[in-house]
Order: sequence, then C-alpha cells, then structure tokens
Amino acid sequence: MKKGAKIWLGLILGLAFIVALTGWYLHRHTVAVLQPVGQIGRKERNLIAFCAALSILVMVPVFTMLGVFAWKYRESNVRAKYSPELEGSNLAETIWWLIPTALISIVAVITWRSSYAMDPFKHIDTSKPTLHVQVVALDWKWLFIYPDQHIASVNEVAVPVGMPVDFELTSDTVMTSFWAPQLGGQMYAMPGMNTHLNLEASKTGSYRGVAANISGKGFAGMDFMVKAVNGSDFTKWLQTAKRSASKLTANSYAVLARPTENVRPSYYGTVDSGLYDTIVMNYMMPMGTQTNTEGSV
Amino acid sequence: MLTQFANAFLGRLSWHALPQDAITRGGASAIVLGGLGIVALITLTHRWKWLWKEWLTSQDPKRIGVMYIVVSVVMLLRGLGDVALMRAQQATSVGNSHGILDASHFQQIFSAHGTIMIFFVAMGFLFGLINLVLPLQLGARDVAFPFLNSTSFWLFFAGMGLINLSLVIGDFSAAGWLAYPPLSELKFSPTTGVDYWIWSLEISGVGSLLSGINFLVTILKMRAPGMTLRKMPMFAWSVMGSMTLVAFAFPILTVTLTLLALDRTIGTHFFTAGGGGNAMMYVNLIWAWGHPEVYILILPAFGIFSEVVPTFSRKPLFGYTSMVWAIWAIVLLSFTVWLHHFFTMGAGADVNAFFGIMTAVIAVPTGVKIFNWLFTMYRGRIKFATPMLWFMGFTVMFTIGGVAGVLLSVPAIDYQVHNSLFLVAHFHMMIISGVLFGYFAGLTYWFPKIFGFRLHEGLGKIAFWCWAIGFMLAFTPLYILGLMGATRRLDHYDASLGWQQLFIVAGIGVIFVLLGVAAQVLQLVISIWQRDQRRDLTGDPWGGRTLEWSVPSPAPSYNFTTLPVVTARDQFWADKHAGKTVEPRYEDILVPKNTGAGLWIGAFAFLVGFGMIWHMYWLALLGLVGIMVTIIVRASDDEPEYILKAKEVEKMDNALRRRKQYV
Repeated sequence: MKKGAKIWLGLILGLAFIVALTGWYLHRHTVAVLQPVGQIGRKERNLIAFCAALSILVMVPVFTMLGVFAWKYRESNVRAKYSPELEGSNLAETIWWLIPTALISIVAVITWRSSYAMDPFKHIDTSKPTLHVQVVALDWKWLFIYPDQHIASVNEVAVPVGMPVDFELTSDTVMTSFWAPQLGGQMYAMPGMNTHLNLEASKTGSYRGVAANISGKGFAGMDFMVKAVNGSDFTKWLQTAKRSASKLTANSYAVLARPTENVRPSYYGTVDSGLYDTIVMNYMMPMGTQTNTEGSV
Repeated sequence: MLTQFANAFLGRLSWHALPQDAITRGGASAIVLGGLGIVALITLTHRWKWLWKEWLTSQDPKRIGVMYIVVSVVMLLRGLGDVALMRAQQATSVGNSHGILDASHFQQIFSAHGTIMIFFVAMGFLFGLINLVLPLQLGARDVAFPFLNSTSFWLFFAGMGLINLSLVIGDFSAAGWLAYPPLSELKFSPTTGVDYWIWSLEISGVGSLLSGINFLVTILKMRAPGMTLRKMPMFAWSVMGSMTLVAFAFPILTVTLTLLALDRTIGTHFFTAGGGGNAMMYVNLIWAWGHPEVYILILPAFGIFSEVVPTFSRKPLFGYTSMVWAIWAIVLLSFTVWLHHFFTMGAGADVNAFFGIMTAVIAVPTGVKIFNWLFTMYRGRIKFATPMLWFMGFTVMFTIGGVAGVLLSVPAIDYQVHNSLFLVAHFHMMIISGVLFGYFAGLTYWFPKIFGFRLHEGLGKIAFWCWAIGFMLAFTPLYILGLMGATRRLDHYDASLGWQQLFIVAGIGVIFVLLGVAAQVLQLVISIWQRDQRRDLTGDPWGGRTLEWSVPSPAPSYNFTTLPVVTARDQFWADKHAGKTVEPRYEDILVPKNTGAGLWIGAFAFLVGFGMIWHMYWLALLGLVGIMVTIIVRASDDEPEYILKAKEVEKMDNALRRRKQYV
C-alpha cells in the first residue's frame, strides 16, 4: 500500500471509531432536545433536523471544493492549470450570491412561519382545557403556584399528560430562564415582568428542568422536576399537595424567598389568592421598594 | 474622626481586599511576581531608558502595534489559564464531588475569561495588526493621528491593568461577561467585582473608539497617490468596515456602562429590578454594541484571509468587487440582528421572526466570501505555508459553526438551545476559528515585515494541528452536551446525567490547545534564536502583492523613502512582473516626536478607574485633573514633530539595504 493510502485508511478508521464511540455514548444517555416528549419539543426537533439537513447543501460543496482545490492546485502539481490573471467571473459570483440567497429564503420562510406557529405565548390547543401554572423564580429555586387548584409546590411541577400547560413566569430576584428541554423551549423569568411558556407533555415520566441563565451563587443547583402523569395520578398528586400543612401566605412566602441552595421539592396545601400578582406588581409601584438598597417583598 | 478620614481616603479599600483562598492567592502571586520579575530584568539589564525611548513613548504605529500584540498574547495566556480551571472544575465537579472551585469563584473565572478574551486579547490583537500593516498597505508613513494612537494604546493598557488588578485587590464580577442586571446591580453584586468590570471596559472602550476614528481617517485621507478606494487592498477595506462599526457601536457601550455605573454608585434606577428601572433596556443596549462587536473582530480577519489566500495561491483575489459589497452588507446587517441574543425574553412572534431572518441573511455575504476565497485557490499554485493552514482550518470550522448559527437564528429552535452549551460551542467556533485563526495567520504572514525574520514553519504547523484537533475535541462534546440539556456556566451537575465523560473529552481538547500554544511560544523563541538564518533579505518573503512588501524588512520607521504612486490593485505584484523598480529619491520626512503624554493619560485613567471602583473619589478626581493637564500640556507643544533630513533618510535606507541595521 502506498503511504498516502495508508494515511487515508487510518483517518477513515479513526473517524469511524469516534463516530461509533459517540453513537454508543448517545445510545446510553438521554439527549433531551432530540428526544422530546411533547408536541412543542417534537416540532422543535423536527425543525432542527430540517435545518441541519438543509445545511448539508452548504457543507458538501464547500468541503469538497476546499479539498479538491487544495489537492489539485498544490504547488508541486505542475500539470494542473494555472491562471495567474483570473480575478473573477460575473457569472460565478452571481451564482454564489444567488445560491445562499435561495437557501436562506427557505430558512426565512421557516423562521417566519414557525415563529408564529410556535410562539411560546400562544395557547397550544384552544379546544382543550389548559392547565395554568404560575412560576416564580427565587434564589435559588422555582415556586409553582396552581391558581385554580389553590396549591403550590417548590422545584416540582406535575402536569397531566396530553393537557396543554400555560406557564406564567416571573421572578422575585434576578432574571433567569425557565427551561424544560424534553417538553420544549425556554423563556426568561424577570422581576416585574410576566412572560408565558406554553408546553405539553405526551408521555408519562419525570423530566428535568433547569434555570438556564446565570442568577448568582446557587444557580447550578436550581433544578426542578416535571412530573408528567396521567389524569388519576394528577389528582393524587394534587391531593398529596393539599394534605401538606404548609400554607403559602405573605409571611411564609417571605421565608421561602430567602436565598437557599439545592432545595428539595415541597408542597403548600393552600395559597393566598393573588399572591403571584402581588409579586409581579411589587416591582411596578412608582418608587417601589425594590431598589438597589435592601428590602424584599 | 480617624475612621471618617480613613473612609474618605480609602473608600471601600481595606486589608480584606487581599486574596483569601489558595487559588486566587496563586493567581495573584503569579501576577505580582511576574510583574516584579519583568521590572527586575529590565533594571538588571539597564533597559529602562531604552524601553522608554524606543517603545513606551514611541509614536511609530509599528512599535505601538507590537506592544498591543505583546499585551494580547500575555492576556491570551491568562485567559487560557481561566479555561484550564473551568475545564478542570466541570470535569470533576459532579455528584458528591464539588471540584476545585466554589460557585462564586467559578463564576468570576468565566466572567473574566469572556471579558479578557474579547476585550484584551481579540481587540488588542486586532488593533495591533492594524497598526502594523494598515499604513504600509496604504502607502502611508503613519496613521492620521499618531499621538491619539499611542493614547488609545495606553487606555487599552490601563483597562488591562485594572482587570488584572482585580485578581490581587478585591474580586471580579461574577455576573458573566456582559453583566446583565439585575444580577450586576448593587443589591445582588455588592462587592467591587462588577465595578472592576465596568471601569476596565469603560477605559479601554474609549481607547477603542479613538482608534476606530483614527484608522477610519487614516484610510480616508492617507492613501498613497493614485490609490482610489477601488484600488485599496482588501485588508484595508475590511478595516474600514470594522472601524465604521467601532465608531457607531462603541459609544453605545460607553453609555450603557456609564448608566450601570450610575446605578451602582449614586443609586439611579436605569436597570434596577424596581424603582422604575428596566433591565431589558440594558440587555438591548449591550447587544446593540455586542453584536456589531463580533463583526468588528471578524471583518479584519476576513481581510487577512483575503491577503493570505491570493499570496499563497499566486493569484489575485477572486471577485474583488463582490468582496467589498459583502463587507458592507455585513456592516449594515450587523446592526439589525442584536435581538437574536434574547429571543427568549418574550418579544412577539413578529419581532422575533424579523430578527431571526436578518440573522440568517448575514450568512449570504459570508457565504459569498467563502466561495470567493475557494475560487482564489482554483487554478492557483498553492503553497501550504502556515497562514494558509490557518485559513483552511478556518473554512472547515467556520462553516460548521455557521451552520449551527443558522439553527440558532430560527427563534423556535433557539428556545431549545439558547443559554446551553450548544450556544457556547457555536460562538467559540466562530470566534476562535474566525477571529483567532485569522489573526494567527496575519501575525505569521506579516511577522517578517516587522521583525525582519520569519517564524519557524515546522513549529507553526505543529501549533496549527494541535489547535485544530484540540479545538474539535473541546467543542464537539459541548454541542452534544447542549442538546442533552446542559446549560452554560454550571459549576456542578448531577452524576446521573452522565455528562462527565463528555466534559473530560472537552478537557482533553483543551490540553491539545495548550500544547498548540506551547508550540507557538517555542516557535517564537527558536525563531528569535535562529534569526540570523531566518532573515528576510528581500523584503518580500512570500511573493506578496501589496505595497507593504515593496519596502525592506523590517520596515523602517518612516515606511517609505518615496511615497509610492498607485495605478493597480496589486501594485507591487504588477511592478514586480513588469520588472519595474523604483529608484529611491530621498526627501525630508516629517516625523512625530516621541511623547510620554499618551502613557500619562493612560496612567491617570487607571487612577480614575481605581478611584471609582473603591469609592476613593479624590483619587478619581485627581486622575481626571491629571488627564486634563496632560492634554493641555501636550496641546501647548508647538513642535510635536521634527524633520528627518533627506540625508539621514538616505543613510538609514542604505544601512537597511545593506542589512546591517538589525543585529
């Protein structure tokens, strides 16, 4: 075998080994974004797959030309044609203004349509009842208030499978991001602001959710668990929460809001109505208490 | 009474500001000992006078450029030290183990890493290369405002000094490289960390703005006779685009930082959580600067590739006109995409869709540039010198990173990958391959023009391969981790997620990168050692095409004995092939005198920053007065220039041509 062929064989074998190893690794682990369990997550994965496939149309010609030109027009290959005066071609340049433009036009159409279709503020399916969950980012945990069920939980949120959920998000500390990768998507939670993230889970299971934007010391431990359960288990979960002796009032909320790290899930059997609105509005007051100096709710 | 006096005098400063834990102490001692070592070395070799006269007070853009690059390289090493710590932390801090750093320390390190790499490595390297090459390429003897140029450098140096001082006195920001409020507000970050961040960027940012204006005027007013814009080398075009962005974007940064500083020092409510403040305004403003910043860095790297590829393919650049159009399309578009950094902040579908589409559109002019470079190679005679390798590595990685970028530009996809390690992998792939590889190519390419000898090719190639392999190993796992749901900036994660193996692979990648850097350091040392064998006696070591190769290497301080007259795009190439040599005609040359005023302005600016950070307002005021006095004294100097007599020029030129000057 020639030396060149040996190098190529080695390269191909090496690459194959790396690909196999990566495949084996991925097979044994959850790749959250590519293994979604809800319709939003699935649509997002399909979009990723489509755009990645489209990108092959760019990568193949670029890499081929780079490889072929570099090989063919190497200095030592004196038989290759050499055109020291060639400095452009209107036709060729027009082509490569147009090809990327065409590809990007496709992306543009996809962008436009998916931005509307998958607007996180939009309810997923208006024909079905939607579960409302109010989410408050605290230092460094997530508070989930079920306004219609009058219970609340910390770092654990249960949703019935197949039911659209409207997460209403705010923060009572710095800005951070609410992300449940397997359900699909994230949205910033900001003090004094009210944002929405509409998601849905289509398979029972426990799915990890995180704070995705740096929010201070306890940021890395600010995880929560999404429990996607069927209807009867959801009722059971609500009852478990209801049985909790803790009541979420203005006072107990103030205690909860104090900075803590790596917080275990817990429940509140009752919730003061309007607590979420109070938390948001607290920042809206003219010359409100939330200033640079001290003072929480 | 005494405490009151001490408070007014020292502000927040006390003994507690000195480092308290082992790793910070190590870093601080490294900085202090390193500094003392350099001082001792200069003193022992009696080089202070030489340093002051030849370098610190020099107005020669080539000297200033070298100083910029020296600082950038030192900062690159510091930034890589941060990388090593972060990779070590993330490879070990899993489950019950909490690694080597606590959370706030880890957060300071990634904040410092991003800030240093962008502002004090990339920006410094950029201004360094522009200083080295731009006047030479334009057939000019100097930049438009030499004194402003040295002032810019010293402001950059002052900012660099402050950010490194934070390692020794006080702490650094733990709020990420862009310090989003409310986290960066006083309530959540009460220490001096964010203030160090603000003032080091405020000061160096003013320097950048002044440089931007300086180079823009240089391009518009100082080109050689006959060099119309359409005959200008592509690197100069790219600098023009980049500096236009600097002129428009950096004022935004200065204002944004000022508002945040006001929030933190006098209690205003621009970006606070309550009291009428709005943090979203900050996020918009910082990215209205931040996105153009990416193109400020990358356009000149594109310009470098546009010089390197034709030279080593022995062909003119393919599609000159469409290259120029592509640059200006990018300049314009770069101001229309900032919102893609926060699709997840709750804007409506229409707004998100608009910014998503504008972002994807930037791929068009960028794609055109790639095709033009590839067709510059087509039917060429390609020599695979190190700069060419950097170009080819760039093409591969930039295309992969760019494809990831197009994914990120679709808002519906962005919701799933924003703030994740996928994003981190994407922008490192763009900035390292696009910016850093470009600058490495440029440095290798123009090194002989500045120092008179070539860098060692073999070690350069080893460095390239270490970087390329290390880079793929370091970032491919991050793409996968991002898709697995790993967010950026985690100092700890759960063992059950199974991420540790990938983080270890990324760490191994960084070891390769560090080997690459070691090869580059060795390359420099060996090249200096063997400089006599490596001399460039022709002034044109690569078979260059543009004017900088028409003068001897190293280029003399006045650049050109006779200002060249330009009639073609690749003037020097045309002259060479027509067998035309210019017989030197010697004339009197007006040269700026050395002045330490820029250095003093930088030193006083440092005091302003230090005073503001520690609330030693008297010191800040003193610094401000010092700056003003320096400017007045400088402005009162009626003869800031002197005449280099034609006789003198002839003597210097002959010496250069006889190769005896540089020993």
